[in-house]
Amino acid sequence: MFSTVLFYLFAGLAIAAAISTVYHRNPLYSAISLVGAFLALSAIYITLAAPFIAAVQVLVYAGAIMVLVVFVILLLNMDDEPRRNRLKYLYAFGLGLAVLLTGQTFYIYSAVVRAPNVASDQTQTVGKTLSIGRGMYTEYLLPVEIVGVLLLMAVIGAVILVRRLNQPELELVLKEELKDERLEKGLLN
Amino acid sequence: MEPSLASYLALSGILFTIGAVGVTFKRNAIGMFMCIELMLNAVNLTFVAFSRYYGDVTGQLFVFMVMSVAAAEAAVGLGIIIAFFRNRVSVDVDDASLMRD
Repeated sequence: MFSTVLFYLFAGLAIAAAISTVYHRNPLYSAISLVGAFLALSAIYITLAAPFIAAVQVLVYAGAIMVLVVFVILLLNMDDEPRRNRLKYLYAFGLGLAVLLTGQTFYIYSAVVRAPNVASDQTQTVGKTLSIGRGMYTEYLLPVEIVGVLLLMAVIGAVILVRRLNQPELELVLKEELKDERLEKGLLN
Repeated sequence: MEPSLASYLALSGILFTIGAVGVTFKRNAIGMFMCIELMLNAVNLTFVAFSRYYGDVTGQLFVFMVMSVAAAEAAVGLGIIIAFFRNRVSVDVDDASLMRD
């Protein structure tokens, strides 16, 4: 009973925060609403007896990723998104998508409600850090390694993407500056 | 009594719908990025819900993988947004039309 109340409370919060994320035109308001949605989802993970995932959700999503996003918003100094009348067909497409996905959600809900119910085992300790760590480093070692390589690629890719000049250009600029300095000295002498 | 599996799946479907509609409606690259994060979170919720109701840890492990992919996506995606802003002084995706023109 108590967990049902918590579920509906945090589900309402998550949906409200998600709608607010899409509604606001100022990207900073969107980002802060999204942090609210992530925190509400973290609480819902706790009602699902998954404390490790809830902690990682707060650390990685609400912490690391959203700090990065807010930092980029501040760095680019963005104003409110201007209203544009272009690309009208996208609005029709978005509304069609919304109707389709909502219908699908209702279909899944009714199908799962009608399906024979598997009573969840309350004594399970699936969400504990111990069982997750054991699964991660025995049965699912290869995916963990692949994720490690993926993160390395992302780090290298991000550094290369945001680098201002590549190395030969930088050397060229330095040489030009040195030449200018020598010319100035020569003129002075 | 605790909420049924169906209600978790319904919540996940609603969040995914909001995220998908946000991606089509927003013209700001960072706004679209945040809506994609919302969709990833909706999928994570189904993983954890099924993991809970079938008593299997695999779903939670894959949530971990999805979070790693989201972190990688944040690094590379925001790098692309900054590189694009440097060239066009805008983050509006309508301005990213070099291949079309």
